[in-house]
Amino acid sequence: MIKTSYVSKTIAELKPSGIRRFFDLAANLEGVVSLGVGEPDFVTSWAVREAAINSLEEGYTSYTANAGLFELRSEISRYMEKQFHVSYRPDDQIIVTVGASQALDIALRTILNPGEEVIVVEPCFVAYAPLVTMAGGIPVTVQTSKEEDFKLTPQQLEAAITPKTKAVLICSPNNPTGTQLGQEELVMLADIVKKHDLLVISDEIYAELAYDEEFTSFAAVDGMLERTIVINGFSKGFAMTGWRLGFVCAPKEISEAMLKLHQYAMMCAPTVAQHAALEALKNGMQDVEEMRRSYRRRRNYIVKSFNDMGLDCHNPGGAFYAFPSIERTGMTSMEFAEKLLTEELVAVVPGDVFGESGEGHIRCSYASSMEQLQEALRRMERFMKNHCQ
Amino acid sequence: MHLNEEELEVLRIIENNSRIDLKDLAKMTDQSDSDIEITLKKLEDMRVIVRYLTVINWAKVDEYHGVTAMIDVKVTPKRGVGFDDVAKRIYKFKEVESVYLMSGAYDLSVIVEGRSMNEVASFVSEKLSTLDSVISTTTHFIMKKYKHDGTIFDQTEEDKRIVVSP
Repeated sequence: MIKTSYVSKTIAELKPSGIRRFFDLAANLEGVVSLGVGEPDFVTSWAVREAAINSLEEGYTSYTANAGLFELRSEISRYMEKQFHVSYRPDDQIIVTVGASQALDIALRTILNPGEEVIVVEPCFVAYAPLVTMAGGIPVTVQTSKEEDFKLTPQQLEAAITPKTKAVLICSPNNPTGTQLGQEELVMLADIVKKHDLLVISDEIYAELAYDEEFTSFAAVDGMLERTIVINGFSKGFAMTGWRLGFVCAPKEISEAMLKLHQYAMMCAPTVAQHAALEALKNGMQDVEEMRRSYRRRRNYIVKSFNDMGLDCHNPGGAFYAFPSIERTGMTSMEFAEKLLTEELVAVVPGDVFGESGEGHIRCSYASSMEQLQEALRRMERFMKNHCQ
Repeated sequence: MHLNEEELEVLRIIENNSRIDLKDLAKMTDQSDSDIEITLKKLEDMRVIVRYLTVINWAKVDEYHGVTAMIDVKVTPKRGVGFDDVAKRIYKFKEVESVYLMSGAYDLSVIVEGRSMNEVASFVSEKLSTLDSVISTTTHFIMKKYKHDGTIFDQTEEDKRIVVSP
């Protein structure tokens, strides 16, 4: 009989994602309209899919260089320069990864010594804190508030810094709040980062989905190129989630160190996906523009509708999530989401799974067809009438 | 004429769904209901919005008997008016759905609809090819419509995503 648990203490102590539980609930019901999907409703454009098929027909089925196809890295370099005004050499500053998730993982594992702290700004993507833990670091969470539009303030950042702080992990536009940090806000945060000689890991996976203000990369802020690791990829802007293709851009010293980890742990990102991404960068920018417009319309529609029905919702500048407050119902976000699912068959994600400051909110993805959104909103309006007098 | 971003956005949306509820259109473009009405009226008056049509897949309807032909027409342009004059003589026929001036091997592309191939054939031989300026015609009958005005007919795209994801 086996007496020992073979699972490491670190992993055993990790909490499973709260989203998983909700997925199980929703997946077992018929007729659910889902606002719970964290990925585009667009299928990858045909030109990109066709390029991938062609690469298979041509026999590109072997490994690529560890850092990815040089041609793809060159395109990424051009793209970063053109879109975000930041310069990275394809030779030694860009690594193509298996999704932005792997990029985050190798970034954290590359920079962290055991016990070093990473400031994680909540509400945020569910994987951030666990990734820090798995890399041997300690996640130090900072709670942003609705009153500040879920923006990290310089005071909050400064207060969270300790002698053990190594880096700040920030996502803008943000999942789940949709909040985008403007250039001035980034500059103020950058001043503190520089003062304390920290690194920034900037998750810019939603950079293409900014609707009101032009997106500013953290690396584009004066003096930040040398202390920022930029995480980006093809999943959201190019509607390529299932291809699992991301990339990371960093100063040479960090990038070369990350490449060591990447070559031992992953070898290289899938070749077929790299060929698809190459096509996306070369000829896909118009598709990105059209998708952005389409999300923007739906953002306007859902935010206005929420506010009209009494769900107080700040205007999210980017990504494809609305994050309305459900406080006036008196329910917790988990109660609200469960009741909404069982009574009206609408799936949303309770805000507390994204961090304690997400409590009192629900994440509603508007990456769904207008018909689906209209139906979901009709049901939610009825739900609100039944539960608020 | 130059349109502003709000007007362009209205056009992009109604191009794909002219039956959209005006209240929804207002919400989507972040305008008031009355602003949307004013915008639409303006675009209609300028004849930027010409007509509201429906894409119908007639091939699915048993009662429908019709054929469509694309006809390449070579013509002699006239001094002073070029191709416009002969184009006008052609597009006035009610059988004619569309007329385009083309670059390349022929001059006008004429799309004709009729109840039968015979009907289209007699239109071409009796009306179209007898026009003074028309030098020659080549008629291509459409066998099957796969995609029309950006719409794929036999497509039911199901959502393949998982219901809830991070």
